[in-house]
Amino acid sequence: MFSLIRTAWDIFLHAFRRRVTIQYPEVKSYIPPRWRGRIILSRDPDGGERCVACYLCAAACPVDCIALQAAEDEYGRRYPAFFRINFSRCIFCGYCEEACPTYAIQLTPDYEMCEYTRQPLVYEKEDLLIDGTGKYHDYNYYKVAGLTIKDKGKGEAGNEAPPVDVRSLMP
Amino acid sequence: MATIYIDNKPYEVKDGNNLLHACLSLGFNVPYFCWHPAMHSVGACRQCAVKQFKDEKDTRGRIVMSCMTPASDGTRISIDDPEVKAFRASIIEWFMTNHPHDCPVCDEGGECHLQDMTQMTGHVYRRFRFKKRTYNNQYLGPFLTHEMNRCIQCYRCVRFYRDYAGGRDFDVFASHNHVYFGRHEDGVLQNEFSGNLVEVCPTGVFDDKTFNKHYTRKWDLQTAPSICVHCGVGCNTIPGERYGRLRRIRNRYNGEVNRYFLCDRGRYGYEFVNSDRRIRRPLLRPTPHDGDSSGGESTVAGEEALRHIADLLYFGAGVIGIGSPRASLEANFALRSLVGPEHFYSGTSDTDSRLVAMIIDILSKGPARSPSLLEVESADAVFVLGEDVTNTAPVLALALRRSARQKPMEAARKQHIPCWDDAATRNAIQDAKGPFYIAAPYSTRLEDLSAHSYHAAPDDLARLGFAVAHELNKALPYVEGLPEQVRSLAGSIAGALKDAQRPLIVSGTGCGSEAVIQAAADIAWALSNGGRRADLCFTAPECNSLGLGLMGGHSLDGAFRAVQEGAADTVIILENDLYRRADEGAVNNFLGRVKHAVIIDHLTTPTSHKAEAALPAAAFAEADGTLVNSEGRAQRFYQVFVPEGGIQESWRWLRDIMITTRRAYAREWENPDAVMAALAEALPVFKQIQDIAPPAGFRIAGMKIPRQHQRYSGRTAMFADITVFEPRPPKDPDSPLSFTMEGYQGRPPSPLIPRFWSPGWNSVQAVNKFQSEVGGPLHGGDPGKRLLEPAEVKEIPFFKAIPGAFVSRKGEWLFIPVYHLFGSEEMSILSPGIAELSPRPYLGLNLEEANNLQVSAGEEIEVNVNGAVYQLPVRHVPGLPAGVAGLPAGLPGVHKATLPAWGSLSKTSGMVEVV
Repeated sequence: MFSLIRTAWDIFLHAFRRRVTIQYPEVKSYIPPRWRGRIILSRDPDGGERCVACYLCAAACPVDCIALQAAEDEYGRRYPAFFRINFSRCIFCGYCEEACPTYAIQLTPDYEMCEYTRQPLVYEKEDLLIDGTGKYHDYNYYKVAGLTIKDKGKGEAGNEAPPVDVRSLMP
Repeated sequence: MATIYIDNKPYEVKDGNNLLHACLSLGFNVPYFCWHPAMHSVGACRQCAVKQFKDEKDTRGRIVMSCMTPASDGTRISIDDPEVKAFRASIIEWFMTNHPHDCPVCDEGGECHLQDMTQMTGHVYRRFRFKKRTYNNQYLGPFLTHEMNRCIQCYRCVRFYRDYAGGRDFDVFASHNHVYFGRHEDGVLQNEFSGNLVEVCPTGVFDDKTFNKHYTRKWDLQTAPSICVHCGVGCNTIPGERYGRLRRIRNRYNGEVNRYFLCDRGRYGYEFVNSDRRIRRPLLRPTPHDGDSSGGESTVAGEEALRHIADLLYFGAGVIGIGSPRASLEANFALRSLVGPEHFYSGTSDTDSRLVAMIIDILSKGPARSPSLLEVESADAVFVLGEDVTNTAPVLALALRRSARQKPMEAARKQHIPCWDDAATRNAIQDAKGPFYIAAPYSTRLEDLSAHSYHAAPDDLARLGFAVAHELNKALPYVEGLPEQVRSLAGSIAGALKDAQRPLIVSGTGCGSEAVIQAAADIAWALSNGGRRADLCFTAPECNSLGLGLMGGHSLDGAFRAVQEGAADTVIILENDLYRRADEGAVNNFLGRVKHAVIIDHLTTPTSHKAEAALPAAAFAEADGTLVNSEGRAQRFYQVFVPEGGIQESWRWLRDIMITTRRAYAREWENPDAVMAALAEALPVFKQIQDIAPPAGFRIAGMKIPRQHQRYSGRTAMFADITVFEPRPPKDPDSPLSFTMEGYQGRPPSPLIPRFWSPGWNSVQAVNKFQSEVGGPLHGGDPGKRLLEPAEVKEIPFFKAIPGAFVSRKGEWLFIPVYHLFGSEEMSILSPGIAELSPRPYLGLNLEEANNLQVSAGEEIEVNVNGAVYQLPVRHVPGLPAGVAGLPAGLPGVHKATLPAWGSLSKTSGMVEVV
């Protein structure tokens, strides 16, 4: 008997506590920037695609939900010809972001991607590629890597000496 | 055997090897760069350091390079000593000071020896703060990319290219830390084996340019053991597929065949599998005989095509089958069973059929043995008679380069230089070449090895051969009227062969001359008369020429006659373009006379255009089968991927036709094993082919062997654009391999190795882990079974008919085929890179002849041979004898099948046409 009254009283007291229920979708909760939500492909500060199609995200993916094909432009810059993530399989573990050597693939705080069927959850490159740099603003892979691309020749990357003159015998 | 102590544990190793070889053979992980199992040690990179101790009381020890230290009895070393580990880590740190930050965009990434070794030594953090050295790259042709920044200066490339493969247009330049590996200027690499630099280079300086165009990581490729189909040598390969397209070919080590290297035709000739010229669905085409002139072809379902073909066979007045030397044994046998042995034609020209039959006869009825390429490498005197080996059997030419070293190596051995000490050996032998003689119709690429090269018309080559045989065995007929010079050459060749421990005669079908083959056989037989071993190596024109020859069957001319005489009006052509086998007119006549022609092929060809029904056959990477190489070794190849469309294996199509035409026994042919069993029963010579590889039901611990790497990616996304519900992986009823990544991950039996990979060894160097000893046979023996063994004969059936000397005719020339690595083969030329490097059709003359005719190189001339008239530019072919002209074999528009033949030349009055 006492416990019944005690329970009723406890519940009554809840009426005066702070509300924790959020009126989603009218009200949205705070999501930290490092939240592992919808995956995007970012661009470097110059606006070029960051993804170099190295396949490391696909290899790291524990559910094998990333498929892509590498291609190369006429100046030798690599990019994915297609890049597909099957979000109906994705477990948002973030291994792909960890594996990415160019900060191209990033997980974002967006989680609103429900669909009634699975097929629309297959995202192609057009759906994934954003116009900004995402979480990492300054990194530009090709400014560091030794490969030549358009407007960047040999020896012009960071911490590189100009190309060797093979015909010189000078020390 | 010697006992060595590694970290205080005793191990038995073979005598005469170095410590690195011994450690790797025992399964230890010792990092290395400059050492290569085929090119041995130079001690350049300092990476394979170990600590050696004087005796068990020695605790200090000293650091030595394991590749330069003999594994002699009682050697005590430590691999795990902290000091030596730190030494190795600092070595790799030096290598990495200039290595660019580009693994993600490097094609080698994921199968990079440098990555593996960096992991192995534990170097993780770059401390070097200064600027990185950079280089400009070169254009090296359509096959190789060049990225010199990645170079770690191990010298493997230049050692392979110059010392091993005999190339001259690639070298190391500059000095100190600026050394540069490349050509003196941009340009196409001239050596036939340049593609091996991809596998020889421990990092990404040289990479496969054709692979780069559809790049995929090694772990994403679906692979299976396969056999190269671009010549008769039968190199073992690993083709890789992704998204339904063949991506590349890699070498598959077979200790007795190709070992570590492939030729560029084999490595880059794969692109025909992805060609637009593929037949992908069954086609039916109304023929004039149907009275239907609406024209146009229509793709139909497989069943409809089969019903149509069954009707043709049922109502036809007789059916013949034309097989093919580029189709597997299973396919040819299925056709032979369908039409009956008496109606089965081999589909090769009359000359080719005769020559191949003769080769089989010689190898199975005489005392000389056809050597494996490993045995070719150890021959110490070589006589090449009438064959341009580099262009007809390239990897054999690479093996011959090794045999030219055997005799000079004795000098090094006398100075107690171990054979693995490469730099010292080369210093000891300098430019010395062993006895190596070439007699060929024109100058060949191996001539830098030979002291004497003799160029003559095929008949004269045969006469030289018979003269050598006479010198070896005076009971053989004397060759009359031989010039004194040639006779003394014959004497010196005979002397060298007689003095050798392991003499080798190389000949083949290249000249199109029976006499040349007979002369080669006579020499080998004369040598082995005393009961000693003499090897006789023939080249075969195509990948399954010998298999088809062993199966028998009449030549193509017989098929033409059968139709001419009205014995048959329906023909089934298996993977064969008849226009490459006989004169255009004869084929036109034949195809015009047959009422119904059915073709089973993977490519549209001039022949397939004229067929009433075309069935899409699987190319080598899409089928299982067995091929017999020029050694007589039957080897199995496995399906790499399941092709789209209605493509299936030729033997399956033929089986389906048999089932449709109510041949009940064909229902039992469920997999290649059943076909092979039927073949072995019908033709006992093929008895052994059932033992080449484990049967389809073979399992390890109940599991199949996966074609996909355990790290294979994208399973749930690859086809998600088509359907998000992942389709079930295809089943493989034909072999113990599966089209998935699930299965037995350990080391499979040697014929079933789908890729070389081992934990910590992602690069091609993982092959060490699959061999019973480094450079030795694969665990469980090298795959393949020899079908031809020499006979124990009392009376050697010597050939005694010597042809007359070649007499040049006035106003006429003898046209002989000139072979090209790039271009002479039917399918590889569909690869854009090979097409780019293949010559345009030309007329070859030697300089003197051209001057006599007053034509200069490039000038067009009218060629009249075999009733066909060509307008061809003149090209200078060194070595061609007077009265002989060369035509490039197999190039579009030039018929090889009918050469050699007499014809005439006439100048087109100064007019130069632009083709």
